[in-house]
Amino acid sequence: MTVTISEFFKESANWAFLAIAVPTLFAGWRTVTSNNIVRAVLYLVVSLGGTAGLFFMLGAEFVGWTVVLVYIGAVIILFLIGIMITRAPLGQEADLSHAMNVKAPAALLSTVVFGVITWAMIDAFGNNMIPPFEPTATSDLSLLLFDRFVIPFEVVSFVLLAALIGGIAIARQDEEVVS
Amino acid sequence: MLPLATFAQQLILATEETTGGHSGIEPGITSGALVEWAWLIVVVPLVATFLILFFGKKLPMKGWELAVGSIGFVGVYGTILFILNATEGILYEGHLEVAKMGDFIIEWGWMVDGLSIMMYFLVGVVGTLVFVYAKSYMDGDIRFTWFFVSFSLFAGGMLVLVSAPNFLQLIVGWELVGVSSYLLIGHYWEDFENVDAGNKAFMVNKVADAALFIGAIIMAVSVGSFSFNDIIDVVMHGEAGPLSQFGFWAGLAVFIGAMGKSAQFPLHVWLPDAMAGPTPVSALMHAATMVTAGVYLLGRLFPFYLDVGGMFGGDVRNIIIVIGGLTLFLMGLVAIVQDDIKKVLAYSTVSQLGYMVAAMGAGAYTAGLFHLFTHAFFKALLFLGAGSLIHAVHSNDMSDMGGLRKKMPATFWTFILGTLALVAVFPFAGFFSKDEILASIKYAGGSGQDVANSILILGLLGSFITAFYMVRVIALTFFGEYKGAAHPHESPKLMTYPLIVLAFFAVTAGWVNIPGVYTGFTEWVATRVPLVGMGDHHAEGFDWPVVLVSSGLVLVGVVIAWMIYNKDAETNAARDWFRIPVLWPLLENKYFIDDLYMSGVVRPVMGPIASTVLWFDMNVVDGIVNGAGAAGKVLSKGVLVIDDNVVDGVFNASGAVTGASGSVLRRSFTGRVQQYAAFGFVGVIVIVVLFVII
Amino acid sequence: MTLIQFLIVATALFSFGLYGVITRKNAVLVLASVELMLAAVNINLVAFDVYLDDPLNSGQIFTLFTIALAAAEVGIGIAIILMIYRNRQSADVDDLDLMKG
Repeated sequence: MTVTISEFFKESANWAFLAIAVPTLFAGWRTVTSNNIVRAVLYLVVSLGGTAGLFFMLGAEFVGWTVVLVYIGAVIILFLIGIMITRAPLGQEADLSHAMNVKAPAALLSTVVFGVITWAMIDAFGNNMIPPFEPTATSDLSLLLFDRFVIPFEVVSFVLLAALIGGIAIARQDEEVVS
Repeated sequence: MLPLATFAQQLILATEETTGGHSGIEPGITSGALVEWAWLIVVVPLVATFLILFFGKKLPMKGWELAVGSIGFVGVYGTILFILNATEGILYEGHLEVAKMGDFIIEWGWMVDGLSIMMYFLVGVVGTLVFVYAKSYMDGDIRFTWFFVSFSLFAGGMLVLVSAPNFLQLIVGWELVGVSSYLLIGHYWEDFENVDAGNKAFMVNKVADAALFIGAIIMAVSVGSFSFNDIIDVVMHGEAGPLSQFGFWAGLAVFIGAMGKSAQFPLHVWLPDAMAGPTPVSALMHAATMVTAGVYLLGRLFPFYLDVGGMFGGDVRNIIIVIGGLTLFLMGLVAIVQDDIKKVLAYSTVSQLGYMVAAMGAGAYTAGLFHLFTHAFFKALLFLGAGSLIHAVHSNDMSDMGGLRKKMPATFWTFILGTLALVAVFPFAGFFSKDEILASIKYAGGSGQDVANSILILGLLGSFITAFYMVRVIALTFFGEYKGAAHPHESPKLMTYPLIVLAFFAVTAGWVNIPGVYTGFTEWVATRVPLVGMGDHHAEGFDWPVVLVSSGLVLVGVVIAWMIYNKDAETNAARDWFRIPVLWPLLENKYFIDDLYMSGVVRPVMGPIASTVLWFDMNVVDGIVNGAGAAGKVLSKGVLVIDDNVVDGVFNASGAVTGASGSVLRRSFTGRVQQYAAFGFVGVIVIVVLFVII
Repeated sequence: MTLIQFLIVATALFSFGLYGVITRKNAVLVLASVELMLAAVNINLVAFDVYLDDPLNSGQIFTLFTIALAAAEVGIGIAIILMIYRNRQSADVDDLDLMKG
């Protein structure tokens, strides 16, 4: 079962896919290359929003909304606060990346990683179709989460608690130290 | 618990077929919050252990309040269960699945049946009194809090043991008791003697534990389950396949394990030395905890040893009764010659444990446990009384005591009551239980009757011996002139009140089973409904010949001992006459068993190893070293020449190479995490490509 | 829809993230690039979950765990950056070369 390029474009869902994937990738690219720090973080928002869109396409609605709420709602705020507190160059253009002597090998490495993984995946899965699916019911997920996966769930909650306490402990200002 | 209920029904049916419908009382309580929450009995002392460990020193009474609170809880809960079991009957078994490997399920459970309830009651009540006593006794000790940590662990471990519905949990409790006893015996570890005593207890117990493991594994593998219920079920129905082949060895191995904990001859050597620990430890260890574990285990597996299903368990019973009989007689004799008051009581404990084991061997379940029950009270009383004396005169040696009855009246009177109970005088507790044992041995029946008759004689002589050594203790400590250096005074109330409570039990504990009047104790300790009637002899009335002979021997013992010891040594020639040349040294050296172990086991093992190592060191190693030295001298002159030219060159060159390569390599350690990450990914890619190519 | 199209998008995002982690100078942006890589992994997990029609939905459940852990990681990461900035007046990773050999 092979899918040619023309067959790919005949399916309407694939147009929706491209409409989400292309902006996602573009935003991802700008996140790592933009020379304006606030813009870079906002591009990250777009990119993560794109992944949420892909999740919706795959019927994983609960996960998609979680990404929207947790990442776009909370994590981005954290990033922006981090930027502001560390007094990063908020102005227009600044040199946020290393020079060319770092960029070139990094680009090469990234390309090779992309190439190797893509090749391996194409080799393994060819162009297998995703079987028809129903959107995953949130109730199913929650039942699984509190039954089969309850111990990992509890462990993760402990990790979050530890991270919370650890964050406070690290970032707390010591009385003696004058900043 | 549905499976247990059906199991009990099966057992009732099975027994009705064989014994004509004789069965105990029906259990009235098989469910409900009271028994379902009984796991608290086990958990509370263990939780208290950790709380004392972490917070004990910050508490106003340094952790004692937690220790006594937790054990007091066990005492109250145990008493409630005990009373309800006596009136209505309780049969319950709780389970929690701890882990699962395929079909094999590891369970933690809690038994709430007659046998376990009696142990909860004993550990709880005796433990509470001993803990109260220990507050005052240990006052000012530098490791006061640590003492109560180990003490709570000790009680908790015993409760794990007696609540166990399967071998695995029993072994966990068994080892907990072992390790905490080691800690407690070596409590005053500044003295090497105490450390040695702790090591000895631990090692002897460990030898026995190995046998227990073997026995448990044989039983579990041949039955396919560690659960006591499953094992006994198989045994009862005689369909044991593999167990019928290995039954004898399994039973023997488990009994050896029980011998270790219950200090049976010839594995008794650790118990007298365990006196090195503080006296409250001795009191608890010798009364309700630890030494009772072996008897308890024999009781738990009693149907196996009764040989209902023909598993050769009956052959083990003959060994059990002989070991018990030898222990009760030989160790009682040793108690006569001891000068240390605690050692007299320790050998007395070993001797009384011999009675219990002999009763178990004779197939007298009720009698053995009945003696365990009464003995727990009066032996705890005697030990605490001895502790009170030691506290007053600052010495264990009876030659430092004497004439204390006026100075310490409360201790004196309670000690007298405990003694009367121990030497089995009517109507004190020991009288009924010992009489029950002797009567049971007389009616042991079966193939072992000839053996049992000889053991009966030993048991009767044991009555005489018991009376003799206890009267000796009393005469030497409370009567005559005071010989010590310290100024004795009565102990504080916190120490005397537990004595009085225990004295009450020492008098009355035997009245739960008076032949011909009330014999309810049989049902009280029934592990399962139909246990009575499986060959367990249970006297409906007194067996008058045994009672009269035994009581007569006690009287003789009291009179003789009193005549010999009531006056001071200087004025009494009878004491010298009593030192029979061969026998006395034999007893004073405890039959040379300790020396035998030392020269027969410890030294042969350690000696050759040590001497081999020494020989190797002297000849081979020294030879090599000396030879090398001589050769080196000759060589060195020649080497010097080469050294200056060649070796130095090589070293300098290698140094230079290392330095150069280092200065090259250090460039890769830029301290930049991003570069490290990049290198990491390069490595991953290389590995992936390599895998693909290969 | 083919499976591979989702996987390629995920791999591309992952590679971008890797590029960003290596080239970015500002510590906050390094962290942002790590988030990009995690998002890529999430796409993979969900895509395979749907592809395999897993009755346990383990892919989606694990995505939830990843998100929770990523949130924790950002929280700690920002706190550490804050601490570094307070001590060295800079959030530039080039200045963090204490491990230099």
